[in-house]
Amino acid sequence: MEDSIDISGSLVNQYLSTINQNRMDVLKIATAGSVDDGKSTLIGRILYDTKSLTTDKLEAIETRSKANGFDYLDFSLATDGLVAEREQGITIDVAHIYFSTKTKSYIIADTPGHIEYTRNMVTGASTSQASIILVDARKGVIEQTYRHFFINNLLRVKDVIVAVNKMDLVDFSQEKYEAIKADFQNLIAKSEYKDQNITFIPVSALQGDNVVEKSEKTPWYSGQTLLEHLEELDAQDVYEKAQARFPIQTVIRPKKDEYHDFRGYAGKLYGGEFSVGDEVTVLPSLTTSRIKEIYFFDQKFETAGRGSSCTITLEDDVNVSRGDMIVKTSEKPQIEKQLTATVCWMDSKSLNPGTNYFIQNGSTRILAKVKSINGTITTDFSGEDTSKNELKLNEIGKVQIQLSKPLAFDSYKNNKASGSFILIDSQTNNTSGVGFIE
Amino acid sequence: MEILEKKMERTAILNVNPLESEAIYIFREVAAQFEKPVLLFSGGKDSITLVRLAQKAFWPAKIPFPLLHIDTGHNFPETIEFRDRLAEELGVELIVRNVQDSIDQGKVVEEKGRYASRNSLQTTTLLDALEEFKFDAAIGGARRDEEKARAKERIFSVRDDFGQWDEKNQRPELFDHLNGKIDLGQNVRVFPISNWTELDVWSYIEKENIEIPSIYFAHKRKTFVRDGMIWSAEDDVVYRDENEEVEERLVRFRTVGDMSCTAAVLSDAVTIDKVVAEIRDSQISERGARIDDKRSEAAMEKRKQQGYF
Repeated sequence: MEDSIDISGSLVNQYLSTINQNRMDVLKIATAGSVDDGKSTLIGRILYDTKSLTTDKLEAIETRSKANGFDYLDFSLATDGLVAEREQGITIDVAHIYFSTKTKSYIIADTPGHIEYTRNMVTGASTSQASIILVDARKGVIEQTYRHFFINNLLRVKDVIVAVNKMDLVDFSQEKYEAIKADFQNLIAKSEYKDQNITFIPVSALQGDNVVEKSEKTPWYSGQTLLEHLEELDAQDVYEKAQARFPIQTVIRPKKDEYHDFRGYAGKLYGGEFSVGDEVTVLPSLTTSRIKEIYFFDQKFETAGRGSSCTITLEDDVNVSRGDMIVKTSEKPQIEKQLTATVCWMDSKSLNPGTNYFIQNGSTRILAKVKSINGTITTDFSGEDTSKNELKLNEIGKVQIQLSKPLAFDSYKNNKASGSFILIDSQTNNTSGVGFIE
Repeated sequence: MEILEKKMERTAILNVNPLESEAIYIFREVAAQFEKPVLLFSGGKDSITLVRLAQKAFWPAKIPFPLLHIDTGHNFPETIEFRDRLAEELGVELIVRNVQDSIDQGKVVEEKGRYASRNSLQTTTLLDALEEFKFDAAIGGARRDEEKARAKERIFSVRDDFGQWDEKNQRPELFDHLNGKIDLGQNVRVFPISNWTELDVWSYIEKENIEIPSIYFAHKRKTFVRDGMIWSAEDDVVYRDENEEVEERLVRFRTVGDMSCTAAVLSDAVTIDKVVAEIRDSQISERGARIDDKRSEAAMEKRKQQGYF
C-alpha cells in the first residue's frame, strides 16, 4: 500500500491545480428546435455575447449577412457549416460548437429539429448532460416540442432548459410566456423521468434578451439568464453516479524486460470509483480477484474516479480480454443472453424481426437476432401503436433481442454507459440503431 | 490530522480531465478495432499532443502503431528535425512519404502563381501511402473547432476507396460506442482530439510540459507582408514579388502547416505560459492564419470531400 500513494506525486498535483486553474470543467449541451425557432441564432448570440466569435469569424458573418440582404447580423451563420445547409438555410447534421467562460468549457451539439432527423437529436442528446429546447413564443408548444421533450426524456438528459424564444415578436408578453409554461407543464406530467430538472427562460436570441445579459423588457421575470443558468450546472456530472463498470478495451502486455510480467487491463471507468484492494469480479466469466494497482500513464493511484481512462492490474492471474467487464463483486450487473430495449431506428433499411445485427456496447460486440418488435412508441406522448412489428427510420419501439453470447448490462435508467448499445448492420456496417435497455 | 486526512483523500484520487480521458479511450478503441492503424504526424502541436496521448493510452507498452508523415518538401526545417528526434525517442517506426515523389510521378501538378501551395497536393500522397501499407485507420489531430465543416466530422470517419468524405451519410456516434466496422478497401480517419479547442491543446502542452518545435515560440525571422499577413522570407518556398519588402520581425507560428500557406503572427511569447496567455486573449482564430481556407468559404469542405483531412 505504502508505495501506491505518492502524496507529492507531481501528476496528481498537476491534475488538482489544472482542474482549479487551466482545465475548466466541460459541460456538454444539446440544442433542439424546429426549423425556424431561431436555434442557430441563439447559439450565435451566445457566442457573440460571450466574446467567443473571433474577429475573422465575425467579419465573415458580417460579409455574409450583407450579401444576404439582412440589416442585422445573422448569427445563425456562425454555426450552419455545410454548403448544402447554407443553400437551404437549414441545419442538417449534428454540429459541434465550442466556447468557454471563466468557469467552464462548453460543447454544444447543435441538432436539427425537423421530424425526419430524430436520429440526430438522439445522437446529440446521448453525450449531453443538459439540453436546450426552443419554443417559438408566437407558436407555443407544438408537436415538435413534444418530440424534443420526449427524446430528452427517453435519453434521461438531466437538465432541460426550455427557452421561449422570439419574445420580441410577442411584445415580451408575460401572459404568452405563462401560457406556454402551463402547456409545457402538461407534458412534464406525462413524463416518467421525475428527477429531470426543467427550467423556463423567456429570451430573444435576435436581440439578446436574457441570453447572456438580463433583459429590461421582462421585469416580470426574476429568474436567471440562459448563460447564468448554464454556469451553475455541475459539470462534474458529465459522468453520472452509478455502480462502477469497467469494460476492458485492451490488455497491455509490454514486451520489455522492465515490465516483463506486467498485465494491465485498460479501459474507461463508468459510474463509480475503483480503489486498490477492491474485491472485483470479471464478467462474464465470474472470476474474482482484487485490484492490485491503478495506473494512469506512469503514475500509480489509490483511487480512480468516474470517467478516468486508467489501467488496472489484479492480484490474481486471471483470464481477462477485450469485451470483458470488471465490476465490484458486491455490485454485479445482469448477465443474460436476451434483453428488452427501447430502440430508436436510424437506418433507411427498416428493422424487422428475425434479422441479425451486431450489438455493440462499448468494447463488446456480439452477434444478435431481433426476436420481436412489440409496436412503436409515438414521440408525442400519445402512447403506443401495438399493431406494428417493424421499425422504420426515426421510429422508436420496444424490441426483444436474442444474443449469441451472454452480455453484462444494466438498465439504462441505472447506468447510461452499460445500459445502452448500438446495432450494427452486418452487411453495410452502418450504425443502424440505438437501444436503451429496460 | 483531519486536514492531513483530507489532503490524502484528495491527492490519492485520479481526477479526470474529460478531454484527455476521451482521447485515450479513442486511441485504445483504434488499437483494438483495426488491424493496421497509423498515426499521421506532421510535427505540429496537434500531432505532438496526439503522440503524448497515445503514450498514455498504452503505457508501459510502446505506441502500437507507426507514425506517418506526408512531407510536402516545404516544411519548416525545425519541424523535420523535431520529428526525427521524437520518433527516435519513442522507439516507434517513422514512415515518410514525399509530395515531391507524387509530382515526379506526374500524379499531381504543382500549383503556380503567388498563392502556390503544396497543401492540397498532400491528399494524393496520403491516399497512396495508406494504400501502399494497407493502413485501415489513420489517426489525425483535426479538431472540430478549427473550421465549420470540421464541426460536423465524426470521431471515426469512414472513407471510401477514394478517401472521400460523404458528409451527408455519416454514421451516428452515440455514447462511447464507436463503430469501426468497415469493408475491405475502406479506411477510417480517427480524430481523438475532436472536442479539444486550440486553447485546450496549448494548455495541455503547458501542463504536460511537452516539447514542441521552436518555431511556435517568438523568434526573429526575415519576413514580408502580403494581404495583411506575415510570410516567411527565409527561403524560396513562398513566392514573393520583388516589391514585397523583406524585414526582420519578432514572430511566431500559431499553426505549422506547409510553409507556403502558413502565416506568422507578431509575438513576443518566448515561453509556453506566454503562448497560452496570448492564445487566451487572441481575437483571430487559428485558421485565420491559413491562407488555403480563405480561398473560398467552402474550401475545407471541398478538400475533405476529395480525401483531405
